[in-house]
Amino acid sequence: MKGAFRTFLGIFIVLGILVMVAFGSGALYIINETQQVVITQFGKPVGDSIASAGLHFKTPFIQHAHYFEKRLLDWDGDPNQIPTKDKKYIWVDTTARWRIIDALKFLQSVGNEMGAQSRLDDIINSATRDAVTSHLLVETVRNTNRILEAKGEEGEDVIVTEEALEHIEVGRYLLTRAILEKAKPLAPQYGIEIVDVRIKRINYVEDVRNKVYDRMIAERKRAAEKYRSEGQGKSAEIQGQVAKELKQITSEAYRQAQIITGKADAEAITIYAQAHSQDPEFYTFLKTLETYQNTIDGETTVVLTTDSDYYRYLKTLGPAK
Amino acid sequence: MNGQRVPTPNEIIDIGKKKFGDFSRMLPWIILIFFLLIGLRGVIYSIGPDEVGVIQRFGKYIALSSPGLHVKIPFGIDKVTPIKVEKIFKEEFGTRTSMSRTGTGYSSHYFDESLMLTGDLNILDVRWIVQFKIKDPVKLLFAVRDPLDNIRDISEVVMRRFVGDYTVDSVLTTKREEIDDISQQEMQRILDEYETGVHIVTVKLLDVNPPEKVKPAFNEVNEAKQEREKLINQAWEAYNKVIPKARGTAEKTIREAEGYSLDKVNRARGESKRFLATLTEYKKAPEVTQERLYLETLMNILPKAREKYIIDPKQSSILPLLKIGQKGGE
Repeated sequence: MKGAFRTFLGIFIVLGILVMVAFGSGALYIINETQQVVITQFGKPVGDSIASAGLHFKTPFIQHAHYFEKRLLDWDGDPNQIPTKDKKYIWVDTTARWRIIDALKFLQSVGNEMGAQSRLDDIINSATRDAVTSHLLVETVRNTNRILEAKGEEGEDVIVTEEALEHIEVGRYLLTRAILEKAKPLAPQYGIEIVDVRIKRINYVEDVRNKVYDRMIAERKRAAEKYRSEGQGKSAEIQGQVAKELKQITSEAYRQAQIITGKADAEAITIYAQAHSQDPEFYTFLKTLETYQNTIDGETTVVLTTDSDYYRYLKTLGPAK
Repeated sequence: MNGQRVPTPNEIIDIGKKKFGDFSRMLPWIILIFFLLIGLRGVIYSIGPDEVGVIQRFGKYIALSSPGLHVKIPFGIDKVTPIKVEKIFKEEFGTRTSMSRTGTGYSSHYFDESLMLTGDLNILDVRWIVQFKIKDPVKLLFAVRDPLDNIRDISEVVMRRFVGDYTVDSVLTTKREEIDDISQQEMQRILDEYETGVHIVTVKLLDVNPPEKVKPAFNEVNEAKQEREKLINQAWEAYNKVIPKARGTAEKTIREAEGYSLDKVNRARGESKRFLATLTEYKKAPEVTQERLYLETLMNILPKAREKYIIDPKQSSILPLLKIGQKGGE
C-alpha cells in the first residue's frame, strides 16, 4: 500500500516537474481558441502562423512565440470634421470591424495592434473623407427616399426644408459600402482584413447646428401659423354654413306657410262661391247690410235724403197729415 | 533538522529522532492530502441553472456543459467559462440609469449619443435601450473580441441610420414602433454577420425629444393645434346654438299657417251654411224680408252714429231739417 503510494507520488512529482520544465523552457505552449501564433527563431519567422487552438511544441530557448488575436476586432476612429459636397461641415464618426488574417505579415508590417490601429486610421479616414466630400449631406444622412414617398401619405402636416427634398442616389448604407470597397484593398498588405465599415455618428459642427436649430424653430412657427389659420378658416366655414342653413330653414318654412295659406284661401273662395252663387243678389244685399253694421260707429256722420227708403214714409206721410 | 540534532542532549536527540520518524512516515500522506485538496477544488465545478459552461482543454474548445456539478482536469488544463444564457442584459443609449443609495434611480444624459439627424435634416434627441441575450456562448467567447462594444456600436449605427430615414414628426409620433422593429431586425442581422452569438430581444425608443433650444417652438405647434381645435369647436357651438332654434321657429311658422288655414276654411263653411240657411227662409217671402232686414239694420246702426242729417234732394242747399239724436233739437 505504502509503496504504491510512494511510487505514484514519485511519478506524479516527476511528471509535474517535467511539464513545468517544458513550459518554462518554452518547448510547450498553449494556443487559446481566440489566438494565433507566429514562431520566430532568433527574430526570423519559422513556418506559417499557427491558428489551431491547443497544446503545441517548439524548440525551447531559441524559438519564440508571438501571440495575435484571431477574433473580430473593433476599430473606432476619432470623429472627423468633413465638408460635404454642398459645403456643410459635419462630424463623421465611423466604426470598423477587422481581423488579422495573415499573422506573419501583420507581425512584419505593423508589429502589434497599436500599429494596426494607426494604419486603419489612415486607410479608413481617408476613404471616409473621399466618400463624404463627394456626396450631398442628405446622401450621408438618409438611406432611402422613404421621406419623399411618404410625404403624400403623411399628409400636409409635414414641413420639410428644401435641401432635404433632394432625391438621393446613394444613401448612407451604400456610402459605407463604397468606403469599405475603397479601404479593403489597402489592408491585406498589413495582414489585415477590413470586414465592415459603418458610419456611427454624423452631427453638424457647432455653428451649423445653431443655424439648424434656428431653421427648425422657423419651420415650427410656420407650422403653428398654419394650424392657427386653418382653425380660423374652418371656423369661418362653419359660420358660413350657419348662415346658409339659417336662410334655408326660414325660407323653406315661409314657402310652406305660403302654400298652406294659399290653399286655404282657395278652398274658402270655393266654399263661398258655391253658397253665394245660389242667389248673388241676396248675398250682396246681406253683405251690404253687414257692412253698414260694421262701418258705422260713434264717429260717423250719417246724411240721409228723404228719398231714401228709410225716410220715404216720413216725406210722403208729412203733407197727408 | 540536523541542527536540531547536534546541540541537544541524548534524551532530546531520541525524542527528536522519534518525532522525525513520525513526520517522515506522515509526509506522503500530507502531500497527498494537499494535492487532493487542490485537485478537488480544481476538479469539481458547478454550472448554475441559468448558465452554460464552455470547456477548453489547453485553450482548445472541446464541449459545453449543462447546469449542475461537473468534473474537469485540474492544474489549468481544462478551463471552464460559465456564460449566463438565460439572463437578459440591457444597454442604455443617450442615458444611464444609476441607483442612488436610497434606491431611487436617476439618469444622466449623454448628448453625444442621443443627438442625431433626421431625414429632413433636423436634430432630435433620441434615447433608447437594447435588451439582449446570449444565444451562442461559443461564438460569444471566440468569434468577437468585445461583444458589448459591438452591440453598442451597431445599435448606434442602426438607430441613426433609421432615424435618418424618417421625418422629425414621424419619429416623435407615429413611427416609433416601426423604428423599434426594424432596428431590432437590422441589429440582429449585422450582429449575426459578425457572429457575435448575441440575440437581440428588443430595441425600444425611450424619450424622443426635440433639442432643448427648439422645444418651445415644438410646444407652440402643439398649442396651435389645440387652438385650431378650440376655434372649430367654438364655431360648432355657435352652430348648435342657432340652427336648432331656427328649425323650431320655422316649424312654428308652418303650424301657424296651418292654423290660419283651418280657421279660414271653417269660417267659410260656417258662413256659407248660415247664408244658405238664411236664403232658404228668405225665398219664402223675399220682399218683406228684405224690407225688414233693411230697417232692422238701420235701427241698429243709426243710433250709433254721432250726427245724422236728413236732406231733401229737391232742395239745392244742404239744410239740416232735422237733427235726430240732438238733445232738444231746434
